[in-house]
Amino acid sequence: MSKTPLLDGLKRYARKRVVAFDVPGHKQGKGDKTLIDVFGAQSIQYDFNSSYHLDNLGNPSGIIHEAHQLAAKAFNAKHAFFMVNGTSMAVMVMILASLKEGESIIMPRNVHKSALNALILGGAHPIYVNPQMDKQLGISCAMDADDVINTIQENPHAKAVFINNPTYYGLVTDLQKIVDVAHHYGMKVLVDEAHGAHFSFHEDLPVSAMDAKADMSSVSLHKTGGSLTQSSLLLCNESMDYHHVLQTINLLQTTSPSYLLMASLDVARAKLQDEGHEMFTKIMELSNYARHEINAMGGYIAFGPDRIGQPGIFGFDHTKLSIHTQGIGLSGKKVYDILRDEYGIQLEFGDVSNVLAIISVGDRSLEIERLLAALQDIKERYAQVGQSQSIQEFIHPQVQLSPKQAYSRESEMVDFSQSCGRISAEMIMAYPPGIPILSYGEVITQAILDYISFGLSNDQFLMGSHDPAFTTLKVVKED
Amino acid sequence: MELWYTEQQTEHVRFSIKIKQHLFSSHSGFQQVDVFDSVEFGKFLTLDGLMMVTEKDEFIYHDMIVHVPMATNPNIKKVLVIGAGDGGTVRELLRYPHLETIDMVEIDKMVVDVSVEFLPQTASQLYDEKVNLYFEDGLKFVRSKVNEYDLIIVDSTDPFGPGEGLFTKEFYSNCYRALKAEGILVNQHESPYYPAFERNMRRAHQRISEIFEVAQVYQAHIPTYPSGHWLFGYASKGILPINKHVNSWHEYGLKTKYYNPALHVGCFALPSYVIESLKEDYHD
Repeated sequence: MSKTPLLDGLKRYARKRVVAFDVPGHKQGKGDKTLIDVFGAQSIQYDFNSSYHLDNLGNPSGIIHEAHQLAAKAFNAKHAFFMVNGTSMAVMVMILASLKEGESIIMPRNVHKSALNALILGGAHPIYVNPQMDKQLGISCAMDADDVINTIQENPHAKAVFINNPTYYGLVTDLQKIVDVAHHYGMKVLVDEAHGAHFSFHEDLPVSAMDAKADMSSVSLHKTGGSLTQSSLLLCNESMDYHHVLQTINLLQTTSPSYLLMASLDVARAKLQDEGHEMFTKIMELSNYARHEINAMGGYIAFGPDRIGQPGIFGFDHTKLSIHTQGIGLSGKKVYDILRDEYGIQLEFGDVSNVLAIISVGDRSLEIERLLAALQDIKERYAQVGQSQSIQEFIHPQVQLSPKQAYSRESEMVDFSQSCGRISAEMIMAYPPGIPILSYGEVITQAILDYISFGLSNDQFLMGSHDPAFTTLKVVKED
Repeated sequence: MELWYTEQQTEHVRFSIKIKQHLFSSHSGFQQVDVFDSVEFGKFLTLDGLMMVTEKDEFIYHDMIVHVPMATNPNIKKVLVIGAGDGGTVRELLRYPHLETIDMVEIDKMVVDVSVEFLPQTASQLYDEKVNLYFEDGLKFVRSKVNEYDLIIVDSTDPFGPGEGLFTKEFYSNCYRALKAEGILVNQHESPYYPAFERNMRRAHQRISEIFEVAQVYQAHIPTYPSGHWLFGYASKGILPINKHVNSWHEYGLKTKYYNPALHVGCFALPSYVIESLKEDYHD
């Protein structure tokens, strides 16, 4: 069994039966048993605050430091940092630690909101690369490595490249190739590895960011690695200055981090080291079995490694189970809703054409069989004559102001029809394919207005606007 | 020294049997499997500590899960049995010589192996030539079957272990497709008395009613099951559970300890509180 210094430290501290005249005020449930009744004695017993014996996340030198070092080793990184404000914060730290105000970063257009938030905070300029599309499936894929490399060559002044790897659907880009070229141009490579916490633990999974020698990576250990929700890891290679990264973390992170979240990271890391290989072998078996059975039903497409080689699909994460549902005439959202309401089965999400199931260490073949039986039944009972999907192309954005400049200026609401030529002060996302149509600081063009109008009349989900009816748009006030 | 088997039937109710010998104990990968020997109930099998079958009272359960549907339709030729690893259901089915094939699907091979070794009273005919044994998930087996069976018997554990999938809409619905036009589904239907069992009963009944044209419930008295009052579900695409064939059942010349045609008619008469409870909508 791998060591768990943080968990062990908590146990030791609990055994000391220290009289607590410090926070948290529940005092491990001594006075009021409510929390113990709800969450169990053990978890409340370990809900301590930072102290001499328990180290300090803001400047670790004891058990947290030890746990960080073990995590770094497990993920083949130089440094690891425990995050208790989610992977969103880890993503923000990567960007804020790598770029100064006014510097440029190359990133995919469908970047996570947390990355855009970091631009608002830090003042970096985005240079967008459109991810590739799979038109049959109606999804956005990864960025094609050649598209990224072209953008690097066209923008040699950029300081960093940001990559989502893998995508939500488990598609990966040629990370190694991008890292090599970016480093040649002196750019840092920052990887949002939120859905790839398991990559370091099995040779049949795509290469991890640290193995590819990227500079930083944000790993959502709670998603596929087994730790508690909201806990996450930030990983760095030797190119990053430890103290600078720690200082950036302390700009954003709470000074009262939960020891339950941190201990769960410690325990999950040890478990992954000891049993990860076996676990992910089993998960891939389950997922590959489900894919095979679903494809045999007809109508559905449970897509997988067969699509490797298409633009934007360099590799595939076999643990993911994505199912294209348009072949039975139902949207992914509809299948997602039917599974939840009629069969008591909750999937990760459903969009216009696909549903996604997360297969993890918690799953057994019993649950997989339920999903398969339900999908078969839905096909028999609900299938309709095929409906067409309409997937639009990306519109290349014209970034006029940095997101920070646009965010910090005065804004106003203007009539949708009068907004052409103005600069957006909001972000509008379209699902599918999950890309921003407009973001802070971008020029509103007629093509964008047409896109929104089309989306509204075709039941596309448009999210993020201040005015959900789209009679007005929020724009930067002109001087 | 005294050794007692105790089943925690509810949070506040326990049921105990004095044990002569603990004959077998192992985890199968699916569940904990145990066999005991006792004075009062003979040998008995438990799964995850819950009573499945005893030598003394198994005749009640197996009579009722087999002879009720078999009496309603003399043309049953092909039967699918899901669960039933102890073999008692198959034993009773094989008493009808006109029956041609029994496909039996048990997820846990250890249950069959242990029953063959320790409970020959129920398991002795599991390897009969009319029986095809499949060791896989019933949910998976039935998914690919269309218009194939005259009768499906779901002889499952409770819906909070490996048997959970056999109480779902997807399962009943796939069973419907696996049945022929005259097909019948009979299932272990939990109990009306203790609240946790009563919820399972209502949920199963509601789901089956949504799918099958005929969905009724019948009862039996089984001393070793929680509350002793146990139910079975009878569902079909049209054949009613009480019909002209039931009175001709004597012609098979079968001797049974519990079942008879008068009881067949009577067992569909339910206590008022059970009728009321089955009428209530189930909400999770």
